[in-house]
Amino acid sequence: MSGNLYREMILDLYENPLNHGELDPNTFSHEEDNPLCGDVIKIDVLLDENKKITDIKWSGDGCAISMASASLITDHVKGMTIDEVMALDGQDAVDLLGVSNLSMGRVKCATLPIKTLKAGASTIQ
Amino acid sequence: MLNIEKVRQDFPVLHEPHHEATPLIYLDSAASSQKPIQVIEAMNDYYRSYNANVHRGIHKLSEAATAAYEDARVKLQKFINAPAAEEVILVRNATEGFNLLAYSWGGANLKPGDEVLITAMEHHANIVPWQLVCEQTGATLKHVPFTDEGMLDMEALNELLTEKTKMFSFTAISNVLGTINPVKELVAKAHAVGALAAVDGAQAVPHATVDVQDWNCDFMAFSSHKMCGPTGIGAIYGKAEHLNAMPPWMGGGDMIRRVTLEKSTYNDLPYKFEAGTPAIAEGIGLGAAVDYLNELGMDNVHAHEQAITSYALEAMSEVEGLRILGPQTAAERGGLVAFTLKGLHPHDIAQLLDDDGIAVRAGHHCAMPMHKIMGIGASARASFYVHTTTEEVDALVTSLNRAREVFRL
Repeated sequence: MSGNLYREMILDLYENPLNHGELDPNTFSHEEDNPLCGDVIKIDVLLDENKKITDIKWSGDGCAISMASASLITDHVKGMTIDEVMALDGQDAVDLLGVSNLSMGRVKCATLPIKTLKAGASTIQ
Repeated sequence: MLNIEKVRQDFPVLHEPHHEATPLIYLDSAASSQKPIQVIEAMNDYYRSYNANVHRGIHKLSEAATAAYEDARVKLQKFINAPAAEEVILVRNATEGFNLLAYSWGGANLKPGDEVLITAMEHHANIVPWQLVCEQTGATLKHVPFTDEGMLDMEALNELLTEKTKMFSFTAISNVLGTINPVKELVAKAHAVGALAAVDGAQAVPHATVDVQDWNCDFMAFSSHKMCGPTGIGAIYGKAEHLNAMPPWMGGGDMIRRVTLEKSTYNDLPYKFEAGTPAIAEGIGLGAAVDYLNELGMDNVHAHEQAITSYALEAMSEVEGLRILGPQTAAERGGLVAFTLKGLHPHDIAQLLDDDGIAVRAGHHCAMPMHKIMGIGASARASFYVHTTTEEVDALVTSLNRAREVFRL
């Protein structure tokens, strides 16, 4: 059962996302998709001279889980250095969502934003 | 008329306890159909009673296995009305059929300047093999667009079919739009410019009477697992004149006549294209699936699906914000309805329906280009088969309305 999957917080974020939009100029911009479901996410990041995230925006199209995850992860990494971002993993994204019963297929939705961010970050490391 | 209550008794999976309170409502037959007990038992019987390799043994078991496997080929031949059983090449699925066609026929016949024509409503299985072989041979791949109503753009087709076209490969029924294409007319148009015509029958063979001689197509591929049969087997029909002229695709045992360490000569049809030990139990299971569908009668199967689809189109249109992809009347479409729901992503729809025991597909259904053309990333799809009831469609509608409530729409 979906249980707590569609709880208030996730639905709220689906309706009113955080950090939604684009950044121009940016230090890097990266887009990834989930070829199984067609979800697409682009993340734009602005870094300071110490490689610390000063601003971050995301845009894209996907299900409530991937969209809520994008809001939460972009909020979570503000002020982090790139090295700190690279140390994050999929479980961190799932933990931020606060859901415990994601099926294998839905884990991919939840982790798409963090994967996108890390893939982008690895291009400037 | 199908006796639905009786039909439902044939499918064990429908009576398994999948969810705590609700019975399974399986609306994903277009992805893979459920299997009747007759098919499951035919496969078990082979493993239990006469398991042996085919085409090799002198012993009794091997003879029994060979007879059952070859009998399945004859059943398939009759099912699609192919002139000869040797024109039915057994492969893994429709996808492998198209790969065989693209690599063997395409590799030997395509050259720079030639064109292969497909349509914008194809499954990836009838897109990617042609992309690969065009890249290798220097031929050009073109596609026929579809209209806003989800029908093939016939004016564009007339422009695109030229003397340069060597192959026109298209689906009989779209797995997303549900569109039933005028196969016979399309084949005739291809032949008129000297091109061959290949048909993707994956969504047609399970649901209606298919007659390859009436269509006059040169090739037609389909999968067992969408027609009550097991996974791991399917077929490509080809006219013998083409199959005989084509080089083998995969090499190995069974497909040879004589082998030296330097060179081999090849077996006759259909074995020339069937290297290695085949999927024997699956072939026998597919034969049982053909028997099962024949018993129901393909005209009855088709009539039932038309009735259910017609009912579903009307019932689903009551759901606020629901957009049905493809033709809007059942007469123009097969037994599936792909849709979007405003404010709800297809993934979330499928997840919430699953809570009510309803299985639908969500995603791009192996048809990414089609979704891009329609300006959507994905869709949800409900597909129907011989065991689907109007009560199940009602449950789908109730569940869709519940999903909207969960999303505060």
